[in-house]
Amino acid sequence: MKFTLGWLKEHLDTDASLEEITDKLTALGLELEGVENPAEKFAPFKVTYVESAEKHPDADRLKVCIVDTGSEKLQVVCGAPNAKAGMKGIFAPAGSYVPGTDMVLKKGVIRGQESNGMLVSEREMGLSDEHEGIIELPEDTEIGTAFADIFGMDDPVIDIAVTPNRADCAGVRGIARDLAAGGLGTLKPLDTTPVKGNYKSSVGIKITAKEQCPLFLGRMVKGVKNGQSPTWMQERLKAVGLRPISALVDITNYMSIDLCRPLHVYDVAKLKGDIDVRLSKAGESFEALNDKSYTLSDGMTAIMDESGVLGLGGIVGGVSTGCTEETTDVLIECAYFDPYAIAKTGRALQIESDARYRFERGVDPAFTIKAMEIATRLVMDICGGEASEVVQAGEVPDFTREIDFDPAYTKKLSGMDVAEKRQTEILESLGFTVKAGKVTPPTWRGDVAMDGSNGKADLVEEIIRVEGYDKLEAIPVRSDHAISTSAETLNAKRMRKTRTALAARGLSECVTWSFMPKKLAAYFGSNDNALTLTNPISSDLDQMRPSILGNLIQAAGGNAAKGLGYSYLFEVGPVFTSSKVDGQLSIAAGIRTGSAGPRHWSGAEVHRAIDIYDAKADAFAALEAAGAPTGNLQTARSAPDYFHPGRSATLSLGKNVLAQFGEIHPAILEEMDIKGPVCGFEVFLDNIPAGKTKGPARKLLEMSQFQPVNRDFAFIVDEMLEVDTLVRAIKGVERNLITDVSVFDVYQGKGVEEGKKSVALNVVLQPTKQTLTDAEIESISTKIIDIAASKVGATLRA
Amino acid sequence: MSANISELKEELTSLISAANDLDTLEAARVQALGKKGRITGLMKTLGGMDPEERKTTGQALNVLKDEIAALIEGQERALKKQEMEQRLASETLDVSLSPRPETKGKIHPISQTMEELQSIFASMGFSLAEGPDIEDDWHNFTALNFPPGHPAREMHDTFYLPDDPDEQGEAAKKLLRTHTSTVQIRAMQEQGVPIKIIVMGRTYRSDYDITHTPMFHQCEGLIIDKDIHMGHLKGCLMDFVRAYFEVEDLPIQFRPSYFPFTEPSAEMDIGCSRKGGGLKIGHGDDWLEILGCGMVHPNVIKNCGFDPDEYQGFAFGMGVERIAMLKYGIPDLRTFFESDNRWLSHYGFDPLDRPNRATG
Repeated sequence: MKFTLGWLKEHLDTDASLEEITDKLTALGLELEGVENPAEKFAPFKVTYVESAEKHPDADRLKVCIVDTGSEKLQVVCGAPNAKAGMKGIFAPAGSYVPGTDMVLKKGVIRGQESNGMLVSEREMGLSDEHEGIIELPEDTEIGTAFADIFGMDDPVIDIAVTPNRADCAGVRGIARDLAAGGLGTLKPLDTTPVKGNYKSSVGIKITAKEQCPLFLGRMVKGVKNGQSPTWMQERLKAVGLRPISALVDITNYMSIDLCRPLHVYDVAKLKGDIDVRLSKAGESFEALNDKSYTLSDGMTAIMDESGVLGLGGIVGGVSTGCTEETTDVLIECAYFDPYAIAKTGRALQIESDARYRFERGVDPAFTIKAMEIATRLVMDICGGEASEVVQAGEVPDFTREIDFDPAYTKKLSGMDVAEKRQTEILESLGFTVKAGKVTPPTWRGDVAMDGSNGKADLVEEIIRVEGYDKLEAIPVRSDHAISTSAETLNAKRMRKTRTALAARGLSECVTWSFMPKKLAAYFGSNDNALTLTNPISSDLDQMRPSILGNLIQAAGGNAAKGLGYSYLFEVGPVFTSSKVDGQLSIAAGIRTGSAGPRHWSGAEVHRAIDIYDAKADAFAALEAAGAPTGNLQTARSAPDYFHPGRSATLSLGKNVLAQFGEIHPAILEEMDIKGPVCGFEVFLDNIPAGKTKGPARKLLEMSQFQPVNRDFAFIVDEMLEVDTLVRAIKGVERNLITDVSVFDVYQGKGVEEGKKSVALNVVLQPTKQTLTDAEIESISTKIIDIAASKVGATLRA
Repeated sequence: MSANISELKEELTSLISAANDLDTLEAARVQALGKKGRITGLMKTLGGMDPEERKTTGQALNVLKDEIAALIEGQERALKKQEMEQRLASETLDVSLSPRPETKGKIHPISQTMEELQSIFASMGFSLAEGPDIEDDWHNFTALNFPPGHPAREMHDTFYLPDDPDEQGEAAKKLLRTHTSTVQIRAMQEQGVPIKIIVMGRTYRSDYDITHTPMFHQCEGLIIDKDIHMGHLKGCLMDFVRAYFEVEDLPIQFRPSYFPFTEPSAEMDIGCSRKGGGLKIGHGDDWLEILGCGMVHPNVIKNCGFDPDEYQGFAFGMGVERIAMLKYGIPDLRTFFESDNRWLSHYGFDPLDRPNRATG
């Protein structure tokens, strides 16, 4: 909301400085966005006297002028046809910024003649489009007078952010009222004396849509001349960014900003029959004054005559009955429209207008009749003419409501001490009526106690914002005692620990969108329409993600495309399986691409290609950090089809899948245009069983005093055998004695029969009671070999 | 005999000192002191001597034996030292070469900031609460006192999902939460009052430009009790910003504002200086808007099933990315979500140094 200081003072009698006013606006909740004083911008431009203007010796259309700025005489080359000796104009010195051309003037030489500035046109000053010649001022204008003074541009423009509840401050008068309540002067009275109507209006008005339009006033003014509006009005409108159009239109715009009272004007000659305010039917259409045409759907508040839709009440008027220079008889509309209906229609048709902005926030219904009088007077003052009687359809809606006033509640809710008398004074200065323990809000404060609440808190806000939030005392809410339980949820704890563990393993944490392209989501298991946004910001971000992997692979692809090498990335965050509350899962997912490291002088192992065992290790690290029983997990070849079928697996406890890992399916990488291999994992944090509450104490550590015995075995097994089967079989031989079985070599090739592989294992025997004898070791070795043979058909390698 | 002994001494000494490796020295030792060695051989002749001669010769031989043994030992030490020096000289490596590389992972600034927030608010006695990203119209708007059609709903450019066929009315209207305030409702309904929680998580608005991303993160706080008033709100937030920005006397300012779910509502600014182009948080001539807050609207308390005449309290909410950008000098919001390796490595945090209130 923009207005000028001069405009404000039209309503506010004050001695306060600009800075006091702008500080107070913010303190009252009308946050200052900016102040611009055009006088500062125009400071270099002053009235100058053209002493001589001779034809340029080397250019027919140019003149060489000597100008007297009052302090010096300068030579200027000028191309304007109206430049002549003895005139007064506006001089822009070298070094000044010319707003109309967006350029800084430089001293120059034009066709051999020095030029020290410029005599400017209206367009160059940003005043109008006039560029036929330079600005000519009356002869008696004093040399050196500031340009801003002459053109009324010495009025600072104030811009504030008005919160959606404060419709009353969408008008300059409302702002003045708040400032007066805030102690910065007094609100000037407003002349609302009725204008006598001399005849009955020939245009009748009927409201069919009473709910959407409870009140519609119409008044004819005959014999108007719709020329330009007066300079003072044009200047104010221009200062706040509105383009003057014609007197009648300017009056409606002016009233909208001045008094938060949108109006509309119809050219009576173009109306066909009476006006009916009714709900639109689907398919009805009209050409609006914003140069667009709209096709309405059912139930929009339309202003109709016999010809059809004239406009959308309270939102935008139509071209068909618009006022032009030829208009002689005008019908002024001053109505009250329902905020919700306005908002709904405005949103549906995406029309932003000053009228909609105000009506949907709620204009003062009680002001409708007075506003009609003010509007009539303005029209008659500016355009002349003769007013009819006011035609009223509907009634002024009565939103009168009472709030129980409890002065003690102000202290209870805000902690601020404000004397009861002062509380009443503040409320009254804002227009509230305080009587016998009851408060009635003014008709322009539709935001107070209209939402079904008892309004007590609203009164507190009014009182303390005027008193000043700076008077709120800051009282700490520090905890009285150390907290005895974790402030975290189980989910948050798992996410935090997993994140730390994965980053410590060399993966970097990403935060990627919760959405992904629908096509990509389909590769990762979902194209569920229930999870497709109905209004995505772009087609790339239209599906709630079923997996984080797709986003991470895209991110890695982005890095590769930028030449940033391989990516080791993870994210801990949500994925979505349905739009219901339990359809959101917490996942830790990560990927590694390319090689485990750069090429390095120390050996090829550093640069080895990443493989599924990296992903498996990541998955285990994440599971362990999140508290999963990693020792008991079963590995199965049942990972989803976005993984390589031969190079992926799930890790589960029975049917409960805790994680999956593997190489991403090469076909998907091809579709995504990503160079493989990419290995990744997903850990389903919600599926991890909550640990039993055993307390913080650890299980007692038992350490054997006897040396462990290491024995190596090499078996020949079928090449398709999953070695873990063999490992588990061996572990089962003597559970109390065999504490570890590790595979240190898997070999196929020369020396091993086709279709077989050699597996070398180290078995650790840990005695607890006495040192093992050779015979005992021998016996266990035999058992191991027997079991390996019987369980998986392994033979000892010769 | 003594002439023999001194001859032998001379002979063996030169043999030992001529031994320039350990093998030759060992051969010399065997020749001198071995079972069939020269000194041993002479010792064996002692038996055929008369007592007087045996005594003097025996003594002389023992002296010789000790001298030779000491000589051998000394020579051995010298040779070993020489050998070690040769070995070390041959084992020299290029110390300028790079060590084997290890990839280092980083924690994203959003996570880091949220852990910092959690740690600060936990120290004030707040505990964490959670809620879903996909919400419904009731939790996101109506319960929070946004009347249907109210223009404040439009301030939130909401992403919608198809209606849930299993639900009716506002519960069926699915959307992505536009703020974490939804969790105020869920937590009050699930945990009851009094309550003292913080909420952190993803929020979504349909806006994408230099200062907006369609997804961002919020941190929300809520206290409901019988005597919590706006002074507590100011105190809580003052403590918070001073702890978070690590500026002990950071000035703050409360301004009236508007949110449908708080009354009175406020926005809080912190002191800053913009002199010289950069932004510095602390004492200065300017203010920086940091968060929105207020006393929970009586309707919200009522919508959760509690009596607003008995219970009151405050709520606040802030953008996690915004405060991370301010504290850590990260210039562009959009880069948070681009997963650029250089950005992650530069702005990310050490996973082994997690925030806590003891270490700051």
